[in-house]
Amino acid sequence: MGKQTNITSSIGQAIQHDSALKHATGEALYVDDIPEPVGTLHLSPGSTDITCGAILNLDLNGVQNAPGTVLVLTASDIPGLNDISPTGCGDDPLLASEEVQFSHQPIFAAVAETYQEAHQAVRAAKINIESYKPILTIEEAFAKASFVSKQKQMARGAWKEQLEISANRANGITVTGGQDHFYLEGQISLAVPNEDGVHIYCSTQHPTEVQHAIARILGWPDRAVTVEVRRMGGGFGGKETQAAQWAALAALAAVKTRRPVKCRLDRDDDMLMTGKRHEFKSSWDVGFDNHGQILAVDIHLAARCGFSRDLSDPVSDRAMFHSDNAYYYPTVRIRSDRCRTNTVSNTAFRGFGGPQGMLVAEQMIQAIAYKLKKDPLDIRKINFYNKNGRNLTPYNMRVEDFVLDKLVEELEVTSHYRERRREIQLHNDANNSIKRGLALTPVKFGISFTNTSFNQAGALLHVYKDGSIQLNHGGTEMGQGLFIKVAQVVSEELQVGIDQIEITATHTGKVPNTSATAASAGTDLNGMAAKNAASTIRRRLTAFASSYYGVSESEINFSMGRVTIGEQIISFAELVSKAYLHRVQLSATGFYRTPKIHWDPLSATGRPFYYFAYGAAVSEVSIDLLTGENRVVAVDILHDVGRSLNPAIDIGQIEGGFIQGMGWLTTEELWWNDAGQLKTHAPSTYKIPTSTDRPDHFEIRIFNSGENLESTIYRSKAVGEPPLMLALSVHQAIADAVASVGNYQRLPNLAAPATPETILHAVNELRLEN
Amino acid sequence: MPIPNYREQVRFLLGQQEIKIGINNPNITLLEYLRLTARLTGTKEGCAEGDCGACTVLIGEIHQGNIRYQPINACITLLGMVDNKQVHTVETLAQDNVHPAQALMAEQHASQCGYCTPGFVMSIAALQCDLGDKSQTKVGASKAQIDDYLSGNLCRCTGYGPIINAAQEISKKPLSSAWQTQAQTAKKTIHEWMNDPRPLRCVGNKAIFVAPNSLDTLHDALLKHPDATLLGGATDVGLWITKLGKRLTNIIYLGQVSEMRNVSQTEDTLEIGAGVSLQDTQLLLGSLTPDLEHLMRRFGARQVRSQGTVGGNIANGSPIGDLPPALIALGAKLEIAGADGIRQIPLENFFIGYGKQDLSPGEFVRLIRIPINRNLHFRCWKISKRFDQDISSLMGAFSATVENNKFQDVRICFGGMAGTPKRASACEAVLLQQSVASDVLVHAKRALARDFEPITDMRASAEYRNYVAQNLLEKFILSINDKDQSILHKDTVWTTPAIHQ
Repeated sequence: MGKQTNITSSIGQAIQHDSALKHATGEALYVDDIPEPVGTLHLSPGSTDITCGAILNLDLNGVQNAPGTVLVLTASDIPGLNDISPTGCGDDPLLASEEVQFSHQPIFAAVAETYQEAHQAVRAAKINIESYKPILTIEEAFAKASFVSKQKQMARGAWKEQLEISANRANGITVTGGQDHFYLEGQISLAVPNEDGVHIYCSTQHPTEVQHAIARILGWPDRAVTVEVRRMGGGFGGKETQAAQWAALAALAAVKTRRPVKCRLDRDDDMLMTGKRHEFKSSWDVGFDNHGQILAVDIHLAARCGFSRDLSDPVSDRAMFHSDNAYYYPTVRIRSDRCRTNTVSNTAFRGFGGPQGMLVAEQMIQAIAYKLKKDPLDIRKINFYNKNGRNLTPYNMRVEDFVLDKLVEELEVTSHYRERRREIQLHNDANNSIKRGLALTPVKFGISFTNTSFNQAGALLHVYKDGSIQLNHGGTEMGQGLFIKVAQVVSEELQVGIDQIEITATHTGKVPNTSATAASAGTDLNGMAAKNAASTIRRRLTAFASSYYGVSESEINFSMGRVTIGEQIISFAELVSKAYLHRVQLSATGFYRTPKIHWDPLSATGRPFYYFAYGAAVSEVSIDLLTGENRVVAVDILHDVGRSLNPAIDIGQIEGGFIQGMGWLTTEELWWNDAGQLKTHAPSTYKIPTSTDRPDHFEIRIFNSGENLESTIYRSKAVGEPPLMLALSVHQAIADAVASVGNYQRLPNLAAPATPETILHAVNELRLEN
Repeated sequence: MPIPNYREQVRFLLGQQEIKIGINNPNITLLEYLRLTARLTGTKEGCAEGDCGACTVLIGEIHQGNIRYQPINACITLLGMVDNKQVHTVETLAQDNVHPAQALMAEQHASQCGYCTPGFVMSIAALQCDLGDKSQTKVGASKAQIDDYLSGNLCRCTGYGPIINAAQEISKKPLSSAWQTQAQTAKKTIHEWMNDPRPLRCVGNKAIFVAPNSLDTLHDALLKHPDATLLGGATDVGLWITKLGKRLTNIIYLGQVSEMRNVSQTEDTLEIGAGVSLQDTQLLLGSLTPDLEHLMRRFGARQVRSQGTVGGNIANGSPIGDLPPALIALGAKLEIAGADGIRQIPLENFFIGYGKQDLSPGEFVRLIRIPINRNLHFRCWKISKRFDQDISSLMGAFSATVENNKFQDVRICFGGMAGTPKRASACEAVLLQQSVASDVLVHAKRALARDFEPITDMRASAEYRNYVAQNLLEKFILSINDKDQSILHKDTVWTTPAIHQ
């Protein structure tokens, strides 16, 4: 924060989201709310529900002749490359041409005068497919050796020998389901053709990738495509790579018709046609001593990737990086397989493989605890990373900023963990129908893109003659509060009021070659870039004031909207106005790249993360043994955000992330039938948490002594993804309640999501044993 | 009685503005009208099936002499349904600069991405309207009360805490005088409209939307259009349009037929008109037994209950409608009217097979007649993946009288276990005349397993449905013997969480 901190400093203040009132009054414009240019057409993708097979015949006469149809697009209309894969590897067509690889893969598109007409027209297609037998599950993928990429492995020490000589051993299988993003605003793009190319209004976390994908599809240079994002109605990873297809279809149609074209997916298409969180099925084998200290670990992670690679490699990598969670494995092997299946290609989702990896670690801990008849919390504690040589991760990075020992100690006390543990025991002994469970789980989450090159950002700052400021950077606003946080940074650097700063839509014409707003890194990267741009302006103004007023630079001080120049105080606006007249450049770019990080994918070693974010949660649940119904009764969270830039925004991320994680682990079940068709593709069948599901006792605290040891933006820490994994405590608590049925003899086989049916299944399995 | 002339334009208040508009396509939804015609884009489409609440608007209509505001989903409401009503959107809500619901949502940090926010604003404004004079308390609404108003709105960002805080704050605020003034003005206009005896009939391009306002005009409309789709609250029919892509040609909207919204209760019978909303049914049925109130509370969500009708939930014959199993267990009868007069049938006989009901063209469900027996042991349980706003995996309703510790008049009915709501006749036969404290449960469970062959689908497997159906029977027998320990959802005291720094 520095010495200049004063009452106007906005850093650390609970300032409202910059659009808060616009959201509440309906004035905030999303892509579908922008007044449509005259002549706007509407595009709907067309598909078949057949899961996989060869396209024998595509009869689109009915579509062509439907009321309102202007144009029908197929793969043969694509002038450039028929590929929207984020890696450019060519495995993800814009429109399928010869074969379909998952149910409802887009094959064509109808472009019509109205939204309704386009959506009605696609129903008239006659598609003849020669069906193949699909590969649907991870098991089937292994049986057919079907993978999107090669197996990866990281290993350290004599894990095999250690496993064999360990005094105790436990093994199991951790199964986690996928998750639909269920952003409230579905995928949407509006493409407006112009004389220089095409301008796209898009709901995406990755404008640059959308730009490049469109250029590739059209066979144009990148410069001919401009992408603009004012805000998204939620992203959660689902608008990182998944926005490009709809933007590219709209752009292609716009270029063909010379008319604006909007593509808005309805909810069913959105859920059927876009990727989700990866399902994982992971087996583990752990050796430990009689105290419960882990000696050796062998983990095999298998991800269901869907039909194409998309981001499955970095997602699976992150699962590997996090299958230690907060625990030191003296010897270890972690393998990861990336299974190719005939399902929609899975993609980024808040946590990005981290949650799936971490649950493996937590289930191992809980299995050890039951085996040794100890409280799982005690097993967690003795396996924590610490400074006594036990701080090396399986990928050979040292954990140097570990705070979980202190943080968990504090949470254990404030949540009354031990008293509640005893109370729950008494309850469970006395009640045959309702069982309660309790768990405290920690989170350690690595911050940085594991692809080192993505850890860069740019900003563009304009100061106008009246002293007002326009700010632009490569990050996108999806509700996470990035814009207000970055504005706070500029406000602090230039010592001007936050209302002086206009944060404008992300625009590939202003800041080029941006990284996705992802990996929790939005503020870390763009905040720093903006800070650098603001410092440049401040330096220029200081130098100008020094020469103009004839005082030394050390006597010039920016504070509270004013500038002290020696004995004189003038307003920031006045200095700016004078600087303009004396031809001082009042526009600056800023750039930032994360220091210290490096990663060698071949040897699986290096420092992929700049630092770690930490947190812990205690969850208490009740389950009904007759029906499997369940309820999260109480949750206490203590989370480390370093020095908070904005506690209101940070608390919002923690609470929202937790509830989203809780949904993933409880009610949000993706259900495919035997033919490989997803049958939960709308909120009537796919159930995200509601207000009632929020625990009645829900206390969230920011870790007071949190401070980033690394030189991040004002020593804050990233907060987007880590809190989602606090919800692992809910799953562990449900497992704990189930385990009571078997008198805590072993870890129940409880898959995620723990729906009522899944819970009853686990309960009955234990009952049969006893 | 002569049939009066028809009006050919829908008329309603959009905020304070009088709108008169013809309908060419009767399938047009209120949401389409708002966003595309009126260019009011604050109301969002999140799902087009009434499940996410992003399109929530307030509908004001005359109820017991006053104007009553209720939240509904604009995405599945057909435009013709708002005739003679007032519509408030997030744009028309503020009478001054900003409505308190809007200011509070901003102050409490209750929006992140903001897309669901207008819907929540409308829902918490509805809470304030309902509390009316009762709102001036220091404590405000309870968490359970607030959940009731919020459970039809999905938020993917916040985790709901700040929204709940905003709702609680507004529940402490009395309605502004500006709001009350606009309500009075609207009431006056609607009253005048309702004095006009002419029902609405919009004739469009090969399609008709007609809204009879009496049984006579309904009969007349049915005679002219026996093939028409009967529209109650559109919480099902609306989805045929928005989800299945159906284009209905002739629609008869029943919501303006005042006789179908009547309720009467005697010592031994409760009669509910088919047009009574599910929301209004909650208290009526709740007065019979607490389980029914609880069931109705979990029926859809506030928006769906404000729109959906008792008749609609029955007449469309859904195998997973929650009302029929409960009403069948209570021994309810259905009154069906048609050109040939009125007939009464036991509700269970109405459901002939999956998607097939005992209802001929030109007939309509007029009312439901429920016998009241204060000595009845009645329990019902709805089982679903999510507590609120979910469709049942299965729903079990049980009733019996007990004489000399023996089961008499046993009626057990399940939803979600067959193609229709269906009684467990084998199980009922086993229980009859047996002692309630005996080991009859084992045999009764076995019989129950013979009664049903449920399917496996996205909501639950056949095994789970069978197993839990038997366990619900167990809960029923335990509760008759006062031994049911399984109370999972108890009301808890709500405290406002503070931001800790």
